[in-house]
Amino acid sequence: MSGLEVDLEGTIGSMRVQIAFRAADRPIVLMGPNGAGKTSALLLVAGGLRPARGRITLDGAPLFDAAADLDVPVERRSIGFLPQRYALFPHLDVLGNVAYGIAAPLAERRRLAREALAELEIDGLAERRPRELSGGEMQRVALARALAARPRALLLDEPLAALDPSVRRETRRFLAQRLRAWSLPTVVVTHDRADAEALDGEVLVLEAGAVVQRGSLQSLAAAPATSFVAELVGQSI
Amino acid sequence: MPAPVTAVRRGAGGDLAVRGGLGLLAGLLFALLAFPLAALLLGAPPGELARGLRDPAVLPAAALSLASTAASLLVIVAGGTPLAWAIARGRGRRWRAVETLVELPAVLPPAVAGVALLLAFGRRGLLGPALARLGVGVPFTLAAVVLAQSFVAAPFYVQAAVSAFRRLDPDLLFVARTLGATRARVFLTVALPVAQSGLAGGAALAWARALGEFGATLMFAGNMPGRTQTLPLAIYTALESDLRTAQSLSILLVAAAFALLVAVRAGRRP
Repeated sequence: MSGLEVDLEGTIGSMRVQIAFRAADRPIVLMGPNGAGKTSALLLVAGGLRPARGRITLDGAPLFDAAADLDVPVERRSIGFLPQRYALFPHLDVLGNVAYGIAAPLAERRRLAREALAELEIDGLAERRPRELSGGEMQRVALARALAARPRALLLDEPLAALDPSVRRETRRFLAQRLRAWSLPTVVVTHDRADAEALDGEVLVLEAGAVVQRGSLQSLAAAPATSFVAELVGQSI
Repeated sequence: MPAPVTAVRRGAGGDLAVRGGLGLLAGLLFALLAFPLAALLLGAPPGELARGLRDPAVLPAAALSLASTAASLLVIVAGGTPLAWAIARGRGRRWRAVETLVELPAVLPPAVAGVALLLAFGRRGLLGPALARLGVGVPFTLAAVVLAQSFVAAPFYVQAAVSAFRRLDPDLLFVARTLGATRARVFLTVALPVAQSGLAGGAALAWARALGEFGATLMFAGNMPGRTQTLPLAIYTALESDLRTAQSLSILLVAAAFALLVAVRAGRRP
């Protein structure tokens, strides 16, 4: 079975997060109000938080299995993660950031890092420091860095939220197009309906840690299950 | 409407009195801090101070201070950095207890530190017999100087390092792991370089504290010229014979402390 299969439950603080999905060709778009557990869900999958029960498999290989007491450490999961504020390494230049996750001899690392920069169309930024970049550039560098490590799945936490509205539309188009080209199992957290539209994936709506509705944006709009979903898709119950 | 006007006037008068009182208190404390330093720097003709520095006790004491503080700093940074990392990452009551214990020597009276060190490493201390069997006598040696300095100065470094590590963005550390880095590699290639300026500031403070160490050193290492007599102990000895030598040495230490303060301030600015 290819793709990222998740069926887990974890307690974060006082909230129980329960989520199940399979991400393969089309991205999973995780939506929900603030504090619904969206970021926690990503961390549970990536290995930053430990689920209380459940299973995670990637391309058929188990990454986590509570019943079998199996917990592959973060660094061996091959799951790329983009936090909301991108978390570029401030002490490295762009090339150093992108090369960080590449396991190869130095010259080869630099070549592969430059390749990843070219893929994201940011060749010109190689020698820049993260603090000299705009929000859109930071996002591309973070994507290049994640991609260069050859992940087998990608988790993006609000990849467009930190951006100026003026560059958000263009970045959204670029991101959607790249994600389609890479065809990696991908989960994208967003609270913007326009992101969900552009990404054209299966939408999962999380409220207070639980999935309240799932399906295409159209099917959600046809019969919103909660007032949050109704507002999200621009309908009233 | 006379009432509000009176109220305002009385308010302004009260305000003036409060400001005057606070200003006086602030001025008095500032004078208390600045006046002794001024006396130290201005109280003698430069020729006499230069003569004071030529005292035969000065050079060995300065050399000993440099060597011992360098060794102490090495001990403190080598052990304190991983300890601070563990404390910063550690969760639960046990780690908080470790943190408090590590901070304690910083607020301990130096005499207490001296007694504690003697009871631990002295001839009749807990480790005394074991050390004696190995043919090692710690008290009244250079090793004792380094131990005393490390004991009192390490908390300053560890505290600064813990807060520098706590200021790190957790996303930074987590992303590094998703890129394939083990915990150890994340520590070495992300946590250390990003926390670097905080660590350097802590090291500077610890070095200054080690350089000024007096009480614990006197009790645990003694005051033997050429063997355990550091600059602060040389000042203490010189005070009995030659005030000018004591003053010259003091100015030397003030200059070192001042240079350090300026360097730390400069390093703190990004």
